[in-house]
Amino acid sequence: MDKMPHWVDIVVIPLISLLLAAILSALVIIGIGEDPVAAAKLMIDGALMRSAGWGYTLYYATNFMFTGLAVAVAFHARLFNIGGEGQAMIGGLGVAVACLYIPWPNWGIALIGATVSAAIFGALWALIPAYLQAKRGSHIVITTIMFNFIASAVLNYLLVNVMRPQGAMDPATARFPETTHLPTFQDMFATAEMPLFRGAPANVTFFIAVAACVLVWLLIWRTRLGYEIRAFGFSESAAKYAGIRPVRITVITMLISGGLAGLMAINTTMGETERLILNATEGAGFIGIAVALMGRSHPFGVFLAAILFGFLYQGGAELALWTNIPRELIVVIQALVILFTGALDNMVRMPLERYFVRRRKGEA
Amino acid sequence: MDYLTILQVLDSTVRLATPLLLACLAGLFSERAGIFDIGLEGKMLAAAFFSAAVAYLTGSVWNGLLAGIAASLALSAVHGLASITFRGNQLISGVAINFLAAGMTVLIAQDWFSQGGRTPSLMGGARFEPITLPGAEAMAGVPLIGPLYHDLISGHSILVYVAFLMVPLTWFVLFQTRFGLRLRAVGENPAAVDTAGVSVIGMRFAAVAICGVLCGIAGAYLATGLQAGFVKDMTAGRGYIALAALIFAKWRPWYALSACLLFGLLQAVALRYQNIDLGAFVIPVQVMDALPYILTVVILAGFVGKAIPPRAGGAPYVKER
Repeated sequence: MDKMPHWVDIVVIPLISLLLAAILSALVIIGIGEDPVAAAKLMIDGALMRSAGWGYTLYYATNFMFTGLAVAVAFHARLFNIGGEGQAMIGGLGVAVACLYIPWPNWGIALIGATVSAAIFGALWALIPAYLQAKRGSHIVITTIMFNFIASAVLNYLLVNVMRPQGAMDPATARFPETTHLPTFQDMFATAEMPLFRGAPANVTFFIAVAACVLVWLLIWRTRLGYEIRAFGFSESAAKYAGIRPVRITVITMLISGGLAGLMAINTTMGETERLILNATEGAGFIGIAVALMGRSHPFGVFLAAILFGFLYQGGAELALWTNIPRELIVVIQALVILFTGALDNMVRMPLERYFVRRRKGEA
Repeated sequence: MDYLTILQVLDSTVRLATPLLLACLAGLFSERAGIFDIGLEGKMLAAAFFSAAVAYLTGSVWNGLLAGIAASLALSAVHGLASITFRGNQLISGVAINFLAAGMTVLIAQDWFSQGGRTPSLMGGARFEPITLPGAEAMAGVPLIGPLYHDLISGHSILVYVAFLMVPLTWFVLFQTRFGLRLRAVGENPAAVDTAGVSVIGMRFAAVAICGVLCGIAGAYLATGLQAGFVKDMTAGRGYIALAALIFAKWRPWYALSACLLFGLLQAVALRYQNIDLGAFVIPVQVMDALPYILTVVILAGFVGKAIPPRAGGAPYVKER
């Protein structure tokens, strides 16, 4: 069959989709009576021109790497895990339990413990939808959506009735002990002469996220399990014929996916708020969908897309601070990216495919 | 709990079930034609904003209703374009629509009204007023039936009655007309419909458009009937509860009515009682909040009857060449 070159698929199509999303976003900004060029400049100034801006950008990017990888891994098995939000919430519970009830000697060991705990909690929250999909054929999209709401109710109950310290008003746990506080970029990179990353929340979790990108790449393209996941996603019947067990792959893939989503909580809960609050995820689980789609489910693509969305998030906060453009602009951009890179993919792809097929025929 | 309290809870059940019911029937049309729609939430939200905004600006709630339906239809068109014309992933398209509505409504609300993403409160003709059914006042004194008729059946806005009438209408259209037969066939076996010379694309677009209209009414009811104006994210997951109700109802109109009433009752009880003290133990309010979702998962798991979706649901139709 005639196909277009590989680089068009992984570079040109995402860029055109992104461009379309950007043009529409600019039109939206014009529509509400603001100047898109000035807005873009403000976003770049606020997010990329100062080290503190980068500190925020990378902090958000850390969240999106985890949730983006979570969605991407599931995509490889052709599973749509829309439950990253709930899995990250429950992952936060895992972090809180680990940090509050276990006396850690120092942050390094605490980080390892909390990482394991967050991953296990997140994975377990994905287990039931995975099992139901694999064994009973319940659609995983619907069950994971339902589990998002159930997670939020569980968290609400625990924070209001169980984990809230005596006398506290807001639904949140007690502060985590000093020994579990993670070093921020400011702690790590700022010197007396060079006050870098002042006050920014980016912390050591960023490196865990980068490591996760590498590990996911190794898993998907360099291990037997990864091969099985991709084969299963490519054709379930062929995979079955090759002796790959669908139930096993579905459950394992979703456990990995849920675990990755759960890891996001280390960044927000242990790294930034240092206690578990109600809305710790702030929709990052859903942004993971946009990140995975943009990154073409490849860990390196996810890494780049996560940084792009981190920039948009931080830039959006700057816009909300200095102009009359609300933060919800980012939600619109996110929606447009999902629309163009995900749902309307064929709109960009079909004409390009026709073009390349025609050109190749002309050469031959 | 005395009779009047029960009536009050049932009364708010009816109010809260109305948007669920409209959205659920909307999803029913779409999914029966093979188009999954998790964008119900977004369409309702967009309709809620535009109906409230236009009702406020023109002072007429009917203009608001039309604007709400138009906004919802516009999003339906996007969904149709993505999932029918360009054969994209219907679920991803739905997710995009939800975010698009969540962002755009606040953005436009801030631009038009500068009140932090809400519309000003609606008053007078800009809202759907309660309708007193004939004889309600006269019958109010009759024991038992009087308060039932006066408090529960009478005194809702017109859209509530529209929603409940939509149930038999949906049943009739889907199961008693040629259009309905074709629509259901398109969701089960589009190739067969195509062979019979009926346009699959056309049927699916029609279904998505009906879905848009119903979501539009649902959103308009939220902002101009149930509440007086739009606030940010006011759908608060109702689109997803409607989706849950649709599965709970196994894609059937009458079951949809009972599922929506059940979920409406759960919302009404949660709203009124917060934590329910049963003496031996207390049911926390979060249980009531989560119950629709938990019930849906149980149904989906097939432990209590099996929910089988339309067979061609979610799959784009590619015409044979």
